Amino acid sequence: MSAPDPVPPALELRNLRVDIPTRRGTLRAVDDVSFAIAPGEILGVVGESGAGKSMTGNAVIGLLDPPARIAGGEVHLNGRRIDTLGRGALRRIRGAEIGMVFQDPTSSLDPLLTIGDQLVETMRAHLDISGKAARARAVAALEEVGIPGARDRIDSYPFQFSGGMRQRVVIALALCAEPSLVIADEPTTALDVSVQAQIIALLKRLCAERGTAVMLVTHDMGVIAETADRVLVMYAGRMAELGPVREVIDRARHPYTAGLMASTPAASRGARRLYQIPGAMPRLTDLPEGCPFHPRCPKAQEDCRRVPRPTLAADGGRAACLHPLDPERGAEDVARAAEGTAR
Amino acid sequence: MSGRPLVRVESLSRRFDVSPPWLDRVIGRKPRRVLGAVVDVSFEIPQGGVYALVGESGSGKSTIAKMVVGLLPPSEGAVEIEGAGPAAARDRGAVQMIFQDPHSSLNPRWKVRDIIAEPARARGRDTDGLAERLLELVGLFAEDAGRHPHEFSGGQRQRISIARALASEPRLIVADEPTSALDVSVQAQVINLMSDLREAHGLTYLFISHDLTVVEHVADTIGVLYLGRLVEEAGSDELFADPRHPYTRMLLAAAPRIDGRREGAAPPPAGEIPDPADPPSGCVFHPRCPIAVERCRREVPRMRDVRGVRVACHLAE
Repeated sequence: MSAPDPVPPALELRNLRVDIPTRRGTLRAVDDVSFAIAPGEILGVVGESGAGKSMTGNAVIGLLDPPARIAGGEVHLNGRRIDTLGRGALRRIRGAEIGMVFQDPTSSLDPLLTIGDQLVETMRAHLDISGKAARARAVAALEEVGIPGARDRIDSYPFQFSGGMRQRVVIALALCAEPSLVIADEPTTALDVSVQAQIIALLKRLCAERGTAVMLVTHDMGVIAETADRVLVMYAGRMAELGPVREVIDRARHPYTAGLMASTPAASRGARRLYQIPGAMPRLTDLPEGCPFHPRCPKAQEDCRRVPRPTLAADGGRAACLHPLDPERGAEDVARAAEGTAR
Repeated sequence: MSGRPLVRVESLSRRFDVSPPWLDRVIGRKPRRVLGAVVDVSFEIPQGGVYALVGESGSGKSTIAKMVVGLLPPSEGAVEIEGAGPAAARDRGAVQMIFQDPHSSLNPRWKVRDIIAEPARARGRDTDGLAERLLELVGLFAEDAGRHPHEFSGGQRQRISIARALASEPRLIVADEPTSALDVSVQAQVINLMSDLREAHGLTYLFISHDLTVVEHVADTIGVLYLGRLVEEAGSDELFADPRHPYTRMLLAAAPRIDGRREGAAPPPAGEIPDPADPPSGCVFHPRCPIAVERCRREVPRMRDVRGVRVACHLAE
């Protein structure tokens, strides 16, 4: 890392915008999202449903469901721009340079092929490798993700594995072509807690060993807290807060982040009532003027309604907020300010 | 914690026959397969208490919930609610259930007014203005009564489910993963609503969840299930402060912690849940248990009292 030439980030988004044209006008599902993930770094992307986190991940890999489309901004992979590439070129990048792990392992595997065939096929599509060598590597890959008796089980079909084992196979599949970036979208949401802990530990270890960058999309702050180096909090398709994970969790600067933390039972041990963020997530069809969070924000002031949507620059690159919270008081500040507003 | 328990569950068991079709069995010489979804579970819920059952998939928690509300007959054992069977309690409207998915548990063709009033109407009670009153009670508006379920968000729909459950003035509400399909900020609203209603109406809850952090927040008493067996039962604070059963300890250690501090970087739990149709001998947890001894392989542990906590482990003390 001491080379004079700086290593380009594994993934860099610049002002990414995703639009969904509908009959009643265009919805902006992702708006002005910019971040970079360094090789070997895990960036957690957290938010509630409709925050645009999965949409951002899908935009990176070129798998947006039409009519959703990238309407602006740039996506760079290892310094190379990829959002302008054609479909064929993107397909070659997926699997080879970007590995993917989705929530449901059953739908990521072909039920009619043995897992060995799926691994071999993936490797041969992306690497210059003989069938025999690919098979040997497939066995090694399965051993690495902790499948007992990999040599015997390589010819089994996906249905012969349990949910946790299937997700291990998916991880082996995502990593077998040695990608520089893995996008994991709720990789443990469908799993039981004891298995979830195994999968998180596995993903973390493998990516650290290989220097793979990870974009970890989840709604679960606990998973982020244990896994990620930095975290991006999204709200209504926009970046709300970006920073080192402990900083953001312990000293939230955006009132939404603080509210989210305070409403999580795990973070509110001993509190008799959970904090409630007033109101509900706005629909993309009628986003409020100004800061999209202001109608629910206990700290909102007059200018939050008026001034165009704040960016992270409003708080020195940390929080998209005109009146960020006192870093020392974070959540308590919000809880106190909101005491009167919660019904 | 005084007086008679509202709910008494005695040695409840439920088996499912998961045999292959009989012709396959004959040709392939395959044996019958019987799956013990719930095995000899006993517990009580005092009037006004919140009892939570936690467990991973296949632990039998939803099967117990169904037997408590009388949707599924037990293979053995009994459920008593205020001294009567679940069917009688249900007919009186004394038991109601809230389900996980508020999208599939509300009839999309009905207006909210009809959905909410139905349990009362079915029992021939007066339903004038009932839906409107209940909607306001759960934090929605009386005008919402004329709308259809699809016009509401997930959290609002779960409020409608709760309003419907309240319509027959129940004594016990069985909530099966009521917040699992909701975002955290919405989950907080629903959990707070449930605890407000408990205080205002003296409700008793049986709360089913896989999420320990939610359970810690809502429950007075927690029962931990593993492979259909109750392995530990303790007061909420006690369970988290001093878990006695190795499975409970594993479950607590595996839950992601928001403070990011894992105690001594414990290795993640080993193994997965075994096939319930072919459970391990002795203590069903022994293949995954870090402290198992020879006795655990042979002998099924009985539920016993250990310093005020019920635990089914030979080695707990």
